[in-house]
Amino acid sequence: MSSSLILSVITFVYGFSAILYVAAWVFKKDAIGKTATWITLMGIAAHTAGILLRWVESYRLGIGHAPLSNMYESLIFFSWILTLIYLIVERANKNRVVGAFVAPIAFLAMAYASLSPNINDRIQPLVPALKSNWLIAHVVTSFIGYAAFGIAFGISIMYLLKQREGGSGGRLLALFPEARVLEALNHQMVMFGFLFLSGGIITGAVWANSAWGTYWSWDPKETWSLITWFIYATLLHARLMRGWRGKRLAYISIIGFGAVLFTYFGVNLLPGLHSYGK
Amino acid sequence: MKPNTSNSVLEKTWDFFSSVRLTVVLLLTLAATSIIGTLVPQNASPAEYFQTYGPFLFRLFSLLDIFDMYHCWWFQLLLLLLTANILICSLNRLSGTWKIVFVKNPPFVLERFRKLENKAVFTDSRPLDTLKDLYVSKVKRRFRYVRTEETGKGFCIFAEKGRWTRLGVYAVHFSVVLLLIGALIGSFFGFEGFVTLGEGETEQHVRLRKTGAVIPLDFAIRCDAFHVSFYESGSPKEYRSDLTILEGGKPVLKKSIRVNDPLHYKGVSIFQSSYGRLPPRRITLKLLSTETKMEYIKEVSAGQRIDLPEGAGAFVYQDFKTRYPFRGQNLGETVIGSLVPPQGSAREIVLPLRFPGFDRMRKGAFVFSVQRVTPRYYTGLQVSKDPGVWVVYTGFIVMLIGCYITFFMSHKRLCIELTPRSKGTRVQVSGTANKNKLSMEAVIDKMAKDLAA
Repeated sequence: MSSSLILSVITFVYGFSAILYVAAWVFKKDAIGKTATWITLMGIAAHTAGILLRWVESYRLGIGHAPLSNMYESLIFFSWILTLIYLIVERANKNRVVGAFVAPIAFLAMAYASLSPNINDRIQPLVPALKSNWLIAHVVTSFIGYAAFGIAFGISIMYLLKQREGGSGGRLLALFPEARVLEALNHQMVMFGFLFLSGGIITGAVWANSAWGTYWSWDPKETWSLITWFIYATLLHARLMRGWRGKRLAYISIIGFGAVLFTYFGVNLLPGLHSYGK
Repeated sequence: MKPNTSNSVLEKTWDFFSSVRLTVVLLLTLAATSIIGTLVPQNASPAEYFQTYGPFLFRLFSLLDIFDMYHCWWFQLLLLLLTANILICSLNRLSGTWKIVFVKNPPFVLERFRKLENKAVFTDSRPLDTLKDLYVSKVKRRFRYVRTEETGKGFCIFAEKGRWTRLGVYAVHFSVVLLLIGALIGSFFGFEGFVTLGEGETEQHVRLRKTGAVIPLDFAIRCDAFHVSFYESGSPKEYRSDLTILEGGKPVLKKSIRVNDPLHYKGVSIFQSSYGRLPPRRITLKLLSTETKMEYIKEVSAGQRIDLPEGAGAFVYQDFKTRYPFRGQNLGETVIGSLVPPQGSAREIVLPLRFPGFDRMRKGAFVFSVQRVTPRYYTGLQVSKDPGVWVVYTGFIVMLIGCYITFFMSHKRLCIELTPRSKGTRVQVSGTANKNKLSMEAVIDKMAKDLAA
């Protein structure tokens, strides 16, 4: 069985678990929620196996490298790390409603990787620029950051829904964690993401310096990662200002994730050094 | 009202720069303006810009330095303002934090802990006197600083840890200043140059990327060979230049460099950056006589003149072109030769490598084709020197450590108040943290459970 097949199947497993998380929330059934968690756990176990198998397969082809070298592989890794962080958040907060807003992101990333005709799922050899020990450090740190921002995005949407028409409106919203808990969670995820985004930018800079002799060259991807960094830095500082808690922070977090998506996908439309990420 | 003295102007400026509002405005402005340079290609030729944007936008963009915006005055001014903002904000708050952090006997106000909502209360069946040492030793396991005080009725234990973590945010801000200093050192004392070397060539000068000026190096670089290899799929596998560093004409260092594997010598780094084909020095020609159907193989060097068989005159290898346009089509790599017949004037002949039958069209005595060329490459090397890079790297490390401390560590203070009861002792555990209050609740719960056990 090939890794691509396993990973295609995972897409449907995550799609199913996302539906279950939503169903558990809408129908207020704890049993469905528990099933969702178990299916996600099984999904991530197979997902891990799929990634490792792909790594092994690349060695069998004689072009061994970590499966982090193109758009397909990065989407698979993004989905994996997002699911992993989500499961930890779920366990820590004992609330599964967040899953209804985060599990669909993992599903969409997998679906895009597996089904989009523009994305090649073949294992390809590394071009000279990618042959570096920094590849793993750079991609892993960057995507841990992206995943944390993805979860913060889901939580911010929840926060805005919860705060609509001031406070406890509606039967469904009552199941959300308290607004202050959502706000704290958003902040925690942003801090976590910010640390790793900084790490991603820094490992990228050190790598660029060892490959091209300059640690910063304002290429579009670099610049967009810095724009993302500025936006989340704004969020972290805006908390210190009066009247900037709550909704405004949720909006910045949503805009920030928009910048993450543009850094990830949009930049491929612009010319630059990161063309192998296509 | 205060008189408007120079002192108050200074104060106003100081206040302006020490506001978080300014930080937020600057960060958002930087984020928004940075987008422009990713949409408008940077440092292209004026002609290209004029063609793309038309006269009006071209003039407007030129006026605003949009074509090299990340190095222009207003963008650098924004960065400078942000740095000033960071420095003054930090200085403004540092003295206060310093007093809190570096204190011998941290002050504890029992009243404040009593008022906290964040607390756990339980009754320990053991008497007050036996609990004191036991509790202190348990608290010491989790907190570095522990002190006890009598309260009149009973006593209380104050404990704290992580006082120093209040300095984390200053480390992050200092790291940004380090990045700026490192970048400035690089731009004043470093250079970014470029040199292309054909195989076998030696060069002691590099051309600067920014100004185009040519500067000498303390040593010479020789390219002994360049190799490029491809995967079966056709994508590149490796670019490699075998280099020799020469000082006073003598080789002092030999190294093969690849992408991601540069050469460092005397503070200067040499990177594999690009490559290209050079005209081959020697080519092998196949000559097919139209009359006798005989085949001849001839080797010829660049510029060399060879005599042709069957008394057909001579051939000179004139030139080699990487592309050759012919009736709107590119024929690719092409040898240009000159055919000198026994009588009459010389004429040019065109021999594209991809089309060996091309010369038939000429209907001459011989059909020429190129059988083989020995490929010759040049390598493009980025030659740069950046003495500021270690300051920047230090900044990177300080930033990551600082962010970790700022985000995930806090100054935690704990107060355990013990009051004797008719049966046993009433214990109240309360505490505060300077950030991440939710996690402090967990710390208090754990502490209470540990003490009650």
